[in-house]
Amino acid sequence: MTDSKYFTTTKKGEIFELKAELNSDKKEKKKEAVKKVIASMTVGKDVSALFPDVVNCMQTDNLELKKLVYLYLMNYAKSQPDMAIMAVNTFVKDCEDPNPLIRALAVRTMGCIRVDKITEYLCEPLRKCLKDEDPYVRKTAAVCVAKLHDINAQLVEDQGFLDTLKDLISDSNPMVVANAVAALSEIAESHPNSNLLDLNPQTINKLLTALNECTEWGQIFILDCLANYTPRDDRESQSICERVTPRLSHANSAVVLSAVKVLMKFMEMLPKDLDYYGTLLKKLAPPLVTLLSAEPELQYVALRNINLIVQRRPEILKHEMKVFFVKYNDPIYVKLEKLDIMIRLASQANIAQVLAELKEYATEVDVDFVRKAVRAIGRCAIKVEQSAERCVSTLLDLIQTKVNYVVQEAIVVIKDIFRKYPNKYESVIATLCENLDSLDEPEARAAMIWIVGEYAERIDNADELLESFLEGFHDESTQVQLQLLTAIVKLFLKKPTETQELVQQVLSLATQDSDNPDLRDRGYIYWRLLSTDPVAAKEVVLAEKPLISEETDLIEPTLLEELICHIGTLASVYHKPPSAFVEGSRGVQHKRLTGNAGSGESVESPDTGSAAGATEAPPAVIPSQGDLLGDLLNLDLTPPTTTGPPPPISSGMQMGAMDLLGGGLDSLPPIPLRTDTPQSPQLPHQSPSPPDYSPTEVGPGDHAGPVKLGGDLGGNPAMGTGFGGAPAVMPASFSAPVSGGLDDLFDLGGGVGLPMGAYNPPKTVWLPAMKAKGLEITGVFVRRAGVIQMEMTLNNKAMSVMTDFAIQFNRNSFGLAPAGPLQILTPLGPNQSIEAALPLSTVGPVMKMEPLNNLQVAVKNNIDVFYFSCQYPISMLFVEDGKMERQVFLATWKDIPNDNEAQFQIKDCHLNSDAASNKLQSSNIFTIAKRKVEGQDMLYQSMKLTNGIWVLAELRVQTGNPNYTISLKCRAPEVSQCVFQNYEAVLKN
Amino acid sequence: MIGGLFIYNHKGEVLISRVYRDDIGRNAVDAFRVNVIHARQQVRSPVTNIARTSFFHVKRSNIWLAAVTKQNVNAAMVFEFLYKMCDVMTAYFGKISEENIKNNFVLIYELLDEILDFGYPQNSETGALKTFITQQGIKGQVSEFSLTKEEQSQITSQVTGQIGWRREGIKYRRNELFLDVLESVNLLMSPQGQVLSAHVSGRVVMKSYLSGMPECKFGMNDKIVIDKQGKGATTEDAGKSGKQSIAIDDCTFHQCVRLSKFDSERSISFIPPDGEYELMRYRTTKDIILPFRVIPLVREVGRTKLEVKVVIKSNFKPSLLAQKIEVRIPTPLNTSGVQVICMKGKAKYKASENAIVWKIKRMAGMKESQISAEIELLPTNDKKKWARPPISMNFEVPFAPSGLKVRYLKVFESKLNYSDHDVIKWVRYIGRSGIYETRC
Repeated sequence: MTDSKYFTTTKKGEIFELKAELNSDKKEKKKEAVKKVIASMTVGKDVSALFPDVVNCMQTDNLELKKLVYLYLMNYAKSQPDMAIMAVNTFVKDCEDPNPLIRALAVRTMGCIRVDKITEYLCEPLRKCLKDEDPYVRKTAAVCVAKLHDINAQLVEDQGFLDTLKDLISDSNPMVVANAVAALSEIAESHPNSNLLDLNPQTINKLLTALNECTEWGQIFILDCLANYTPRDDRESQSICERVTPRLSHANSAVVLSAVKVLMKFMEMLPKDLDYYGTLLKKLAPPLVTLLSAEPELQYVALRNINLIVQRRPEILKHEMKVFFVKYNDPIYVKLEKLDIMIRLASQANIAQVLAELKEYATEVDVDFVRKAVRAIGRCAIKVEQSAERCVSTLLDLIQTKVNYVVQEAIVVIKDIFRKYPNKYESVIATLCENLDSLDEPEARAAMIWIVGEYAERIDNADELLESFLEGFHDESTQVQLQLLTAIVKLFLKKPTETQELVQQVLSLATQDSDNPDLRDRGYIYWRLLSTDPVAAKEVVLAEKPLISEETDLIEPTLLEELICHIGTLASVYHKPPSAFVEGSRGVQHKRLTGNAGSGESVESPDTGSAAGATEAPPAVIPSQGDLLGDLLNLDLTPPTTTGPPPPISSGMQMGAMDLLGGGLDSLPPIPLRTDTPQSPQLPHQSPSPPDYSPTEVGPGDHAGPVKLGGDLGGNPAMGTGFGGAPAVMPASFSAPVSGGLDDLFDLGGGVGLPMGAYNPPKTVWLPAMKAKGLEITGVFVRRAGVIQMEMTLNNKAMSVMTDFAIQFNRNSFGLAPAGPLQILTPLGPNQSIEAALPLSTVGPVMKMEPLNNLQVAVKNNIDVFYFSCQYPISMLFVEDGKMERQVFLATWKDIPNDNEAQFQIKDCHLNSDAASNKLQSSNIFTIAKRKVEGQDMLYQSMKLTNGIWVLAELRVQTGNPNYTISLKCRAPEVSQCVFQNYEAVLKN
Repeated sequence: MIGGLFIYNHKGEVLISRVYRDDIGRNAVDAFRVNVIHARQQVRSPVTNIARTSFFHVKRSNIWLAAVTKQNVNAAMVFEFLYKMCDVMTAYFGKISEENIKNNFVLIYELLDEILDFGYPQNSETGALKTFITQQGIKGQVSEFSLTKEEQSQITSQVTGQIGWRREGIKYRRNELFLDVLESVNLLMSPQGQVLSAHVSGRVVMKSYLSGMPECKFGMNDKIVIDKQGKGATTEDAGKSGKQSIAIDDCTFHQCVRLSKFDSERSISFIPPDGEYELMRYRTTKDIILPFRVIPLVREVGRTKLEVKVVIKSNFKPSLLAQKIEVRIPTPLNTSGVQVICMKGKAKYKASENAIVWKIKRMAGMKESQISAEIELLPTNDKKKWARPPISMNFEVPFAPSGLKVRYLKVFESKLNYSDHDVIKWVRYIGRSGIYETRC
């Protein structure tokens, strides 16, 4: 007996023939004909013309034939509403049939016929069937209420079916309960505010009882309904959980997932310190793992859900990494999902295994999978810091395979690794550059360009590389164009002399030849910025970037909460709220997890934890984004005071840049050179004010006699050589190519004369390598152009690379504090050393130290924090306007009590008084007057400390006697000892 | 809920189309055909969203089963239902093929009407369904109209009742039951012989031919149960049984098993369905006996030659025999010729499968065998490296690699006059390879 023949009739007069057969007297022939009709209907042929003939067959006692006719009716009744009424009588009659199967069939089918007239007739039989003695009929009637509600909601309410349906929740038969719950849940969804599913402890109890007895499908309906309930307190929550947990051992995965949903939701209510909470967490892992041995489609659903669960409660599956390892024969969709979860579970404990696996996957065939595996390696590097090095070397191995898409993917992730660990892995740049030509995807090209721009100073031919990209600028995607623009501007700010042409080219390409508004705007912003204020440009373009977060692709917490409430459903598979893919009003209610307010849930829950992680202020060494933003908004384009004046090197370069732009870019109005560069406020202090000292001026009584101050000053050899010798005192780190642009700076600097021959003590070891895990710091304090600087040489004597340097001072006597962050941008490799100049301010917190000039310093790097203390020469604090007027000097000298006078001997000093005076002046110790008394020169000198304390000195120099005598007077006698030491140091050097 | 259910052949022609909800139109049938079946590319997801309509599909041989919905349905339930649908169809007419579906389309419509109402799955236990939906031709024309009133209510109470999987009044002259412990042992081993992952997924399949409504209790050497009992017993006993017990990571049960009783007492009690069914599934990961160890050695000799040597060692009692041993050694796509030498069994290079297949009929425990092959390669300029798929293995052993032992299966039927002793019980253990792979 084969029915397949019904599918093969393709004759032309088919409908006509069928009509004849349907009206045949023979039962068998009729049945055959109806089967043919159904077969035609299935393959999509229109057989609605046969409606009356088929309906005529309805009056039969052959159940099989009846069912076939019903099937036809359900399909075509809507298109033939008038004729459908012919069937009503049979339905109504069947609803009274003594056979419960017939009664149920009739009511089931009637509900599927969406014709108003039929619906009207349905009400009475349905009412009866809802109270039928047979559970089979009742369970069918329960679903029928939902059907009717879909056709005519008002009718269902008017007829009171909803109340009857609610009563069925207390039915003795579990299947009736389950279907009633399913119907009510569906109806309730379209009436979000109705109290239809009035869930109270009594009904919940009924549902839980039915849960143990009904079919697997019924259990799913009940569990899904339970998930919408909000327990009154944690005790109720726990008791429901206890009764739901046995479902975790059900063979049906959907039952398990729905149970997991209920548990995940109700767990929120449980206090964390409850023993039961821990037990429950432990119970959840095994069933989730078991889901992975189901068929692949279910595995996929399970994995999508596990992805959510892992984000919400990572502790559940943290030890189950291995079960997510990809099997060779897994379908691709399972592989990709497993990979996602592997990354989420990766931690320091299992990273070695994970990496080994990922490396294996990166050699597979499926391109998407391989890409994702490569990306996963990068994500591991970012997530687990200890593994970063191995991840990078794995990526390099993969790059060596030269498989095009592997290389591109690797470069994209290496960019992120650079962001996360700045100045650590730049040694790989060379390898990356080798693969430049093979990059054909925008994302990879953009990543590579970013790397070149960011590390332009390390890449010798950065300009050539970027130029090569520039050739096909207009063929690139926007992403690449934008990145190229930024990279070239970065390069220009780093190497202004060589790349002027390049930057002009890219700016004009971006602003004049492009239609893309984003590109054009960015181009103009850079252009204006560069021409208006290169200092600001540098601050903006080369600003510290905020650290990138460890976890990527995290689902936003509120969405995650909503999705947790939808575990097992399509929403959890798509990772989208139901409103995103369900039409109409259905399913738009947003479900939320309801946590226990008192349990401190939010503190421990991973989503808030990660949110906090994302917004957490980056380490103090890096100016937070807020600061930078604030500065920008203030439109104060001079460097922010918080960071202090940058070391001279940068300002010199910026000026050079300004000149280049001023002359080179005619399309923008040239902007006059600004002189308020960081040093400018200090410049006037430096200049001596000759008019104050007239040679004719006569000193006070006890210092009688003319004093030729002017001659002293004018004849100062140091002043004379100040101009020409200036570059020599610039820090050695000043690179030669920049000097061309530096003339302006020296013009300014030269005008006031840079003190030559100032006493520069040699660098001393402040922090021995022994004490600082291989970091040795030698340093010296200098005062240059009114700026106190701490010049340090950092020497890495350890085997590993050092990065992330930062410095802080303890409170000290004169309020010394770093005026900006420690500018060490490059990582310090083993056996490398780096010079750093830290400008200091004197506005920090004050605390008296012993000795007075003691400074306690903390230096931090990626390895640890180290402390050392050093003593600075007090002359650092002598300001440039420390020259007192003579009268004032005399008055002050008298005014200070003699108790405050301190006398010292400086031995073995062979300088004459003039030479000594010159030398001292370079340390801002100014000679106010000199007189000869009994063959010895008396020098009267003054100096002023940064905190406004004046120190007056009388230096006695006897020709032929190498021993000087010095008397110091000061209102704060504590400083005298330091000042004396300073004299000694300056004069003897 | 499920809005419609379609069955297609491999060409995308509709064999069965049943729409349950008004929001699913006829065009949905075509949308799936065009977007998924005719897409001619690897399936990237078993769930497809086309124009706000979601399609769930599973494939059995070359038949596509697709469930359609526009709502946020329980996705796990839909797939479970599709699998169940396949089970039911198989139970009724055997293999799911185009031919069988066409031949039974009336039956399928009848089933679909019964097991899915307005898209809500209803009782889908074949045992219950077969009492009132019959396949014509085999069981003959048994119409419900010929049933007595008692029979009718028996059917409805079974379909809706608590024990929907068993009917009353079953009688056997000989009460007999068969227990099969079927395990598949899965392994992923690194080339260096390190176990990357290993687990056993096991099933206890029962064939019961018992009269009446027997209450059964099943016991195995579950560590938790043994430890609990061990507390009362002497230390010697505890030591003995402790050694033999196994730690079960997780288990799931047929719906006949009382889960709440298992949860509270960890005892497995149930009224079994009649005939064959799967009582439980379990998974273990600790102390697994790995029946075979594969030691691969692959050497690339230049660009056109590959030398492969694989040793397998059996690791179980010498008195036991493993059967149907098959080792599959993948070869590169550009293989031009293979020479194989093996100590035992037969080995063949199968070009169509890109593998050397080495078959051994039987092998005793604690033995070792070896194969070596020389693979000639065609020179290619294909840059893509050969992915080196793992070496996989198939076998069957007469023990349970997890160490699971059936301790008892007690049968109680109070109403009928047979006792536990009268039931003839058979137990069999079969360990098979699941995915048993060694990377090379």
